[in-house]
Amino acid sequence: MSEPVTSESAAPSVTGSAASGDPAPLLRLHAISKSFGAVQALRHVDLDIPAGQVTALIGDNGAGKSTLIKVIAGIHEPTSGEQYWLGRRVDAHTPRAAAELGIATVYQDLALCDNLDIVANMYLGYEETRRAVLNEVAMEVHTRQTLADLSVSTIQSVRQLVGSLSGGQRQAIAVARAVMRDAKLVIMDEPTAALGVTQTKNVLDLITTLASRGIAVLVISHNLNDVFAVADRIAVMHLGTLVSSGPAANYDTASAVELITTGTTTRAA
Amino acid sequence: MSLDTSALETEAAPSSRQRLRALVGGDLGLVPVLVALVALVIYFQVRNSVFLSAANVTNLFIQAVIYVFLGMAEVWLLLLGEIDLSLGWVAGMAGSIAAIVTNVQYAWPWWAAFIVALAVSAGIGALWGLFVVRLRLPSFIVTLAGNFIVEGVLLYILDHVFQGGGAPVQEKVLSDLTNGNLTPTWTWVFVVATVVVSAVVALSRERARRRAGLANAPLYRLVVKLVALAVFGVLLALVFNANRGSFIPIQGMPFAVPLVFGVMVLYSFVLARTRFGRYLYAIGGNPEAARRAGIPVDRYRVYAFLLGGLTAGIGGLFYVSRLGGYSSSSTDSTVVLYAVAAAVIGGTSLYGGRGKMTYPVVGGIILAVIINGLVLIQVSATMEFVVTGVVLLAAVTVDSLARRSQTLLK
Repeated sequence: MSEPVTSESAAPSVTGSAASGDPAPLLRLHAISKSFGAVQALRHVDLDIPAGQVTALIGDNGAGKSTLIKVIAGIHEPTSGEQYWLGRRVDAHTPRAAAELGIATVYQDLALCDNLDIVANMYLGYEETRRAVLNEVAMEVHTRQTLADLSVSTIQSVRQLVGSLSGGQRQAIAVARAVMRDAKLVIMDEPTAALGVTQTKNVLDLITTLASRGIAVLVISHNLNDVFAVADRIAVMHLGTLVSSGPAANYDTASAVELITTGTTTRAA
Repeated sequence: MSLDTSALETEAAPSSRQRLRALVGGDLGLVPVLVALVALVIYFQVRNSVFLSAANVTNLFIQAVIYVFLGMAEVWLLLLGEIDLSLGWVAGMAGSIAAIVTNVQYAWPWWAAFIVALAVSAGIGALWGLFVVRLRLPSFIVTLAGNFIVEGVLLYILDHVFQGGGAPVQEKVLSDLTNGNLTPTWTWVFVVATVVVSAVVALSRERARRRAGLANAPLYRLVVKLVALAVFGVLLALVFNANRGSFIPIQGMPFAVPLVFGVMVLYSFVLARTRFGRYLYAIGGNPEAARRAGIPVDRYRVYAFLLGGLTAGIGGLFYVSRLGGYSSSSTDSTVVLYAVAAAVIGGTSLYGGRGKMTYPVVGGIILAVIINGLVLIQVSATMEFVVTGVVLLAAVTVDSLARRSQTLLK
């Protein structure tokens, strides 16, 4: 196996296997920097996120993972750097602009209304109506279809209140909501944190299903077992810099831990 | 696609736990409250047989109207986790305006008076809403201040603008809101039409779901509900159509009953079947989620305050109609507390996100039953406060327990 490419030198060419010969990746970040006053949270981050693959973003607390996904989700405007969507330069610097491109973010808090049922949550803000009246039948049919497509089989009834669901089921609803709105890139922030074994497996299966449907998935996780279970590609951040990225096969747990903690690796995995 | 059959595969909870969850999660809806209502009615009827006489039942419904309207007004706010403590005086303001401008002195047509009165009450509500969203002030404090302000302005108007310290109702439509009755024939027409329309709506909804291949609740539940509605309607019609006059015959359903019913149906429709209603529930459940879904949360907050004021204004029209006029001693600041009580006793959550417009109707009737019944069994007025307080405390306790066990079971 080749050694993971380290990108501290921040070459303008793109890292990892999706190199220049391949078609343009779904999203390419080039030399993205972000400072908050004197604090530089991101330094010259280069990252490719290809369609149909799971990219895991790993790093210690404060490494800049959250800042990076907020830049991608349009919440933070980068201080410098460029973003390319399917090879085309884009400036998606508002959540709405990012959403219009097809970027959906599933935050840790999931943003679900416990007092509403699954259908209402799936359609929140995008309800189907007929003559100003909610078209519950159409929404319910479509919700069931979407959940079935994603092989979410643990939901008893889509008319259950979301407050009565387990953590894994809630995660599934939040993801399904993104998919139903034709998301092309789904960003998931710590999707398996605080989940039990079975529920974690269900969520990981869901992530794999998303990728198999051609959707790009960017997952932040602290759990390296989960990362190696689902990731096609891995990107490691350390102190605001993307220190390494490449196919998951280029890494093992030891080299990943070393990169997370020190920013470099001495091992040829 | 088989969501329902594959349901039990992995992490489905044991059914006993789910049944418990449904039980404490408020899924029983109005059933416990209706049981309490029936118990109260039986108790008062045993203690004094006048209680269920046609005259008293009619009187009781008219008594309940103000609580029902103010309760529905509070539901708009409670759904968002807000409250409006000024609604009692806002209602008084709307009623006084209507009484004053339709007075022989000014002689406005009733509809113009109603429009102005309701515009004022809605405007006052919206004003509090603006304070709450713009300055991020708690609605409790804003509307407590508002309560004093509206009270002062209204008393000033009654004492200075309109001489004599009171505004008598001198207009027929305003008076008829609570004093006029449908003819016995129209009473039957209303009851039968309500049952038929309910059945048609429910069945067509059921058919649309079946056509789309969606599961329906078992048919017997719908039948039970419709039969209960029909029985209740027939009983009401029989009571209202019995002669309750002493010298001249008085018969028929008071206008107030179909009017309250109509407002309740309209509001329920808005809450359950439109985006507007859906967004109110969403904001009450999780404002951050609503905001991220693109819902203009602050604007909806102001709408809720406006609708609260408007609804209280409607209640004020009925209130002044029943009292035959409005004077500086007609009301006091406790009326609004009965309004909150009506909403909460019915099952509306104080924490936001849970409640229906049917709840304050039942809650308002329960309050009227308690107040009316305690008078009939000659319990002192002080006990009325105690009993009302105990009922409210019980309702809030149930609300809080339901909430807590829901989180525990998660």
